[in-house]
Amino acid sequence: MELIRPDTRFDFIGKKKFTIWVSAIAIILSIGSILYHGGLRYGVDFAGGILLQIKFSKAVDISEVRNAMETIGSKEAMVQKFGAENEFLIRVEKSSEDLEAMSRKIQASLQEQFKGQTLEIRRAEVVGPKVGKDLKTKAIWAIVLSFLAILIYVAVRFRQVSYGLGGIVALIHDIIITFGAISVFDLEFSLPLMAVILTIIGFSINDTIVIFDRVRENIKKMRKEKLDTIFNISINETLGRTILTSGTVMMVVLILFFFGGPVIHDFTSAMIVGLVSGTYSTVYIASPIVLLWHNHITIKRKR
Amino acid sequence: MLTSLKWKFILYAAITLFAILLFLPTVTSQLPPWYMKVIPTEKIHLGLDLQGGMHLILEAESDKAVESYVERIKNNLKDDLKERGIPAGKVEREKKDQIVLEVSGEKGKWEKLLSERYSMMQELSASEIGGGIWKIGLVLDSKQSDQIKKNALDQALETIRNRIDQFGVSEPEITLQGTDRILIQLPGVKDPQRAKSLIGRTALLEFKLVDEEGDIEAALKGNIPEGDTLFYQRVVDPKTGGIKKVPYLLKEKTLMTGEVLKDARVALDSQFHEPYIALEFDDIGAKLFEQITGANVKKRLAIILDDNVYSAPVIQERISGGRAQITGRFTTDEANELAIVLRAGALPAPVKIIEERTVGPSLGQDSIRTGIISVLISAGLVVLFMIFYYRVAGMIADVALILNTILVFAILALFRATLTLPGIAGLVLSIGMAVDANILIHERIKEELRWGKTPRAAIDQGYHRAFTTIIDSNVTTIIAALFLYQFGTGPVRGFAVTLFWGITANIFTAVFVTRWIFDYLTLKVRVKKLSI
Repeated sequence: MELIRPDTRFDFIGKKKFTIWVSAIAIILSIGSILYHGGLRYGVDFAGGILLQIKFSKAVDISEVRNAMETIGSKEAMVQKFGAENEFLIRVEKSSEDLEAMSRKIQASLQEQFKGQTLEIRRAEVVGPKVGKDLKTKAIWAIVLSFLAILIYVAVRFRQVSYGLGGIVALIHDIIITFGAISVFDLEFSLPLMAVILTIIGFSINDTIVIFDRVRENIKKMRKEKLDTIFNISINETLGRTILTSGTVMMVVLILFFFGGPVIHDFTSAMIVGLVSGTYSTVYIASPIVLLWHNHITIKRKR
Repeated sequence: MLTSLKWKFILYAAITLFAILLFLPTVTSQLPPWYMKVIPTEKIHLGLDLQGGMHLILEAESDKAVESYVERIKNNLKDDLKERGIPAGKVEREKKDQIVLEVSGEKGKWEKLLSERYSMMQELSASEIGGGIWKIGLVLDSKQSDQIKKNALDQALETIRNRIDQFGVSEPEITLQGTDRILIQLPGVKDPQRAKSLIGRTALLEFKLVDEEGDIEAALKGNIPEGDTLFYQRVVDPKTGGIKKVPYLLKEKTLMTGEVLKDARVALDSQFHEPYIALEFDDIGAKLFEQITGANVKKRLAIILDDNVYSAPVIQERISGGRAQITGRFTTDEANELAIVLRAGALPAPVKIIEERTVGPSLGQDSIRTGIISVLISAGLVVLFMIFYYRVAGMIADVALILNTILVFAILALFRATLTLPGIAGLVLSIGMAVDANILIHERIKEELRWGKTPRAAIDQGYHRAFTTIIDSNVTTIIAALFLYQFGTGPVRGFAVTLFWGITANIFTAVFVTRWIFDYLTLKVRVKKLSI
């Protein structure tokens, strides 16, 4: 069975002027959304605060839970339905120093308000503001260092800085767009989403390398061809694989999205965007960057 | 070639068998007893998010340990100066690790005292402020200070471990994290609130004398007599539930601390049937207690726990035998908790809970169920897709995929890694990514066939060419997984672990095992046409 006929020659590289605009707009929208929202909405992990997941034995109207929160004077508390009719998330962003006491107070007052039913604290997270701040610093370092390590690995393997650079620019592109999606969908940036970011880094570069590898091989075979043509042929030759792999991974992520339960819903939503961007950027970002480098910088130097 | 096929088969079969043996204890508990003896087995550990439990990170305020150490030195210094007849003005602790003192008289005398007995304090400044009075600033040696902090943390860890052991949690994990944090994981803990108060309690027990002559009214207005200190007793009114604070004016000097305790038990008062805590001192403590009570008959001795006065009974007579009791209006739970913390000892420095994550057992079960469902559905779909698209070659890839999953579970069990909900997501993701290697190989083989190569040559070329690509692309994903592991805590670490092992096992199964099957089919079965 063949998905892509072997003589397929889509002109991917020729469309780079158009696709660069598409990417530019996507990036501007992403950054714009983040700026408009005043930065990412950080979850308890990064911002510090309280998160309680509470399950009542019977269905409860969300306004009742909100009222209960207001009676204890916790105005910052955000109540949100979580999956079923009787399950709620209560969130308090860092307010006082003594989050512990606050968390106890919320639990006690809910118990008081809903005397008729049993109430189960399914999840309680209390994170001090300092821990959150430390985590943010660590997150930035993890992203920067993994970029650096990948840049070095790719540059060494391909003996060319341009390939490493192309891969990294594509990565930055994907990360910005994933962050943009997180902002547009108003997802909460928490630890699992950080895991998504790092997975996207791994996945996007993986994809890029498959094409670069083919280019490396084709350069040896097609000495007379222009680099632009070689890239285009290579992308076409690996197109079947790109679609199949991205397709299976996407299928799996979609299953997680639908069957994985509400706990990893945000995780999978961000992953879907990242996967699409990762596949797209391999063809339309990473390759043009390498070509740009060779056509302008390397050639100029020769003159 | 054919003999090497045989040896490879034996090797791969052995690895597969070993992996299944490692994996079995996780699936079923009904294994014969000899099994447990032969196989170094461990079940796969479920993370707190899957089995429920509590995760705490404590921060030890180890500066406080330094502070109280310097405070003790200051008190000793005061006594020493008096003993040796060195006229001294104020002797005070400044900041957390400095002492400022004013002395006069013979210079050599106090210089000798300081250098002989207080070498851990370094001279910061010394100047004559007139009238033969010297003002001297001392600071605790920084090495000494670091040592105290480290000891405090180690001791805190030990104490908390003791408390948790007595509380009764199976398989707790208590480890140091960084320079001043303690990570505690309590799987399946039933009463998180109690566990927290038990762990976080400083439990510093002190005995101080009540200053009977001091004017408490004046002290409350801020006029505390020299050498005294103000403490409170929290009294809960049994009728209204309101809390009343009763002030006590105490001598600053601590006569005894909980360090000399041998045992602490809950006992029931025979008259009022109220629980109290019976203390038993060790030999040193018993002697000390006898001395203190003997010297202070008819005075009140305050028993203070964590800065709260519990009681201040009048000493009726010298007490020998090393026994005392703490009374108060305890509930039985409260009394039990106090007994545990007193037995386990005080924390050398107060701790603060800076992170808490609790997951109830029912949420964990829900997560496991949805996790298993997603793994099965996604694996099933991927398996079917591969057969649909690649026919026989797809089946070969599926064998690799199933083996890959078994290997990952076996590795998780072997290294006692923890499976978390994001870990399951990582597993699902690695199933999706695992087929990538085979897709790369198969697409390559197809290309080679198209160029007119024989199946044998196409397989050789296909594997050969795809191999570098597979290595390069997987190494970069592994790099990302490593940084994720380094960065993450708990659940996210679980994700990095399954992703990492998923990819690593994948290189083995997708490249080597499938290669063997292809080789076997073409060399041994002599298949003429590849179904790919």
